[in-house]
Amino acid sequence: MQDNTDLTTLIFGRLTWESIPYHEPILVATFIAVAIGGIAVLGAMTYYKFWGTLWRDWITSIDHKKIGIMYVILGLVMLLRGFADALMMRGQQAMAFGESTGYLPPEHYDQIFTAHGVIMIFFVAMPLVTGLMNYIVPLQIGARDVAFPFLNNFSFWMTTFGAMLTMISLFIGEFAKTGWLAYPPLSGILGSPGVGVDYYIWSLQIAGIGTLLSGVNLIVTIVKMRAPGMSLMKMPVFTWTALCTNVLIVAAFPVLTAVLGMLSMDRMLGTHFFTNDMGGNMMMYVNLIWIWGHPEVYILILPAFGIFSEVVATFCRKRLFGYTSMVYATVVITILSYLVWLHHFFTMGSGASVNSFFGITTMIISIPTGAKIFNWLFTMYRGRIRFELPMMWTISFMITFVIGGMTGVLLAVPSADFVLHNSLFLIAHFHNVIIGGVLFGMFAGINFWFPKAFGFKLDTYWGKWSFWLWTIGFYVAFMPLYVLGLMGVTRRLSQFADPSLQIWFQVAAFGAVLILGGILTFIIQLVVSFRRREALKDVTGDPWEGRTLEWSTSSPPPEYNFAFTPVVHDTDAWADMKKHGYERPKDNFVPIHMPKNTGAGFILAAMSFVCGFALIWHMWPLAWLSFGAIVISAIVHTFNYNRDYHIPVEEVVRVEDERTRLLDGYA
Amino acid sequence: MPDMTTTTAGTNKVLPSTHFYVREHHPEQGTLLGFWLYLMSDCLIFASLFATYAVLGQSFAGGPSGKEIFELPLVALNTGFLLISSITYGFAMLEMQRKRVNATLLWLAVTGLLGAGFIGLELYEFTHLINEGYGPQRSGFLTAFFALVGTHGLHVTFGIIWLITLMIQVKRFGLTTENGRRLMCLSMFWHFLDVVWIGVFTFVYLMGVL
Ligand code: HEM
Ligand SMILES: [Cu+2]
Repeated sequence: MQDNTDLTTLIFGRLTWESIPYHEPILVATFIAVAIGGIAVLGAMTYYKFWGTLWRDWITSIDHKKIGIMYVILGLVMLLRGFADALMMRGQQAMAFGESTGYLPPEHYDQIFTAHGVIMIFFVAMPLVTGLMNYIVPLQIGARDVAFPFLNNFSFWMTTFGAMLTMISLFIGEFAKTGWLAYPPLSGILGSPGVGVDYYIWSLQIAGIGTLLSGVNLIVTIVKMRAPGMSLMKMPVFTWTALCTNVLIVAAFPVLTAVLGMLSMDRMLGTHFFTNDMGGNMMMYVNLIWIWGHPEVYILILPAFGIFSEVVATFCRKRLFGYTSMVYATVVITILSYLVWLHHFFTMGSGASVNSFFGITTMIISIPTGAKIFNWLFTMYRGRIRFELPMMWTISFMITFVIGGMTGVLLAVPSADFVLHNSLFLIAHFHNVIIGGVLFGMFAGINFWFPKAFGFKLDTYWGKWSFWLWTIGFYVAFMPLYVLGLMGVTRRLSQFADPSLQIWFQVAAFGAVLILGGILTFIIQLVVSFRRREALKDVTGDPWEGRTLEWSTSSPPPEYNFAFTPVVHDTDAWADMKKHGYERPKDNFVPIHMPKNTGAGFILAAMSFVCGFALIWHMWPLAWLSFGAIVISAIVHTFNYNRDYHIPVEEVVRVEDERTRLLDGYA
Repeated sequence: MPDMTTTTAGTNKVLPSTHFYVREHHPEQGTLLGFWLYLMSDCLIFASLFATYAVLGQSFAGGPSGKEIFELPLVALNTGFLLISSITYGFAMLEMQRKRVNATLLWLAVTGLLGAGFIGLELYEFTHLINEGYGPQRSGFLTAFFALVGTHGLHVTFGIIWLITLMIQVKRFGLTTENGRRLMCLSMFWHFLDVVWIGVFTFVYLMGVL
């Protein structure tokens, strides 16, 4: 008997039947819904014989376009989960006043806000941003793929398996109750003995590797693979912002890896990096995590700035105002973003001089950001503006983001921050910039580039519904939080004593319902557009009269992007080509050298998932086994030297002739 | 508004389309740049660990200080191993340039052995400390010490595994362009670890016993 339990703990570590939360009705109901939905999807896939295609054309694909699309799908699916968490919090806070304790017990509520924050940042915002960069950057610079296509596939799967690890914590064990940055000592082994923080650590470590590698990949792509003639100052602005974002990724994510590694050593090995006793120093954790964390917010916003720049220029039918200043502003923000991290903990007590330094650097960032806003305004000034969906999102962004930026400058004043720190004012501020900046940017980008990726535009009617519901919903949901924050209400509370506050939370909950409408109408927009795809078809590949190279190829682009590599003479290369009567070449095609698909990335990432799961539950044999398997498969993969092939010229001719026929028919 | 003026001035003249494309274009190889970027990111991991050591280096919590536990002669020997292994790797690269497979393999083997010697001595030092009761759990200082030195050691271990893999590949497939590139990457990795070690040696050991 004794031996038996020993063996069980050796194999299963901390995992027991008790870890399955079958006594929590909410979770059981969720599980049943997920299971039914999952079985339906799997059944449908089997019925339509989709598995083979899924494996050959998507999972193993190293085409940057498909990987980009998969990233965006990942981000949107996870948005549903992150938003479900948000709705639950909003519901709880709207009712838990006075006698009522609401429907969520505190230990459950704490997991929800942590999961919401982690999912929204790492598995919604990051995949959306990375996905758009992956899809668009190679097209904008006239390349046929990224520099390391296999690595790209691997990065995507690491991100996805990281997300899956977070997701299964819902049904096996628990998630962290520490808030999205898991400060010690709460996240130490004494404060959080369960598996929640370990889920947090290993999800982020696995996803973090993916992010870091995709950062390296895109930098090399942009530096080495630009079309002839495209000097740095002729690069489209979106590519510029992508370059800066990826530089930030490479320069920030290692710090996250290091600090989470230290936290896990404290938890697993009993070391003293951040403990209360034996010489540990928990403020070091807070410093290190924000040295990653502040650049992270710029990692998210810079590509959104790039999207707005492309959209404004295109829909005002003008060159972007102040291209050079836009580039310099982006670079300055990139550099400054490393000099401000301490504004997240002015209250730590570093003293007046340190706080003043970081307060001032923070305020300085608003200068290049403000310059950008003016550049967009001047681009619109006397432009011939078309109020298509991407442009509407852009305008909504400009108004909303300015408000968020101003409350941000307010928080940068250390003495004000002593009052506002950890309050709902802060929550309102960062949702204001993240939803109004990043998310609106992603919606602008999705509406803008969707026809490029799928060959038909998105439906405008439902798109407008989604746009208005999101915009209005955002204001209704978050403006009350500014008020509450100014009244001194702190964040991360699941119950309130003062009944006079309840009305504000109810208004905020109503706002969240409006946002729910925005999400639902977005889904309807996708479905309706798909059904009306013939009517919405984009034949020319250039549905918006675009200005950059991605619009010069067909929609969707062929596997090889460009039959001939474009030569660039101007910042707005495609506008320049159109102006000078460029005609698409129709013959003399050549075979094209392309990389081959491979399943190695998926397999390695899946094994990392197993290894992460084993580490979380202290299943040491499995952890060693899967780690060894990862190393060995990685080595085996390097013995495969045969990684590319040529698309035969007949195939190129066939694809290009088809496009010629389409274009002739359209003209 | 340059756009509008040029349009109204009517410079819409038709240029030959060949002005706007090339039939064949081979972008530059990016592996070395990519690998270098990866190294810089790795460098940041070490930077975080160095910073941690700077913060925790004096937190002895009643335990020993560096002066009491570091054995400089041993570490000096260790440092010698690693520095010489960088030179021998350099010889391997020279032989690679001359396309001499066996000489390349020989020098790689010497490099690997020196690396293994380094790891061996480090393991000896670690077990010794742990047996004395000065493991990483003893104090903040020892935590930071083991983390920094241990992470470096892990890197060297992976470097050795990679080196063996490459030796097999060079043996099997010869000094092809691709293998040459891989050897270059490992070379950067190896020298990088050497540089980091010089930092560790100075910052942790020398300044520790000072
Ligand atoms: C879509 C509508 C959204 C709603 C209604 C919403 C609502 C909330 C609520 C109620 C909280 C908890 C506030 C508290 O602590 O009292 C919260 C926290 C948070 N949200 Fe959101 N949110 C939304 C979108 C997002 C997005 C898009 C992101 C990021 C991409 C995000 C990131 C965060 C983070 C990082 C936290 C902090 C979690 C923590 O306290 O550790 N949220 N949100
Ligand atoms: Cu910040």
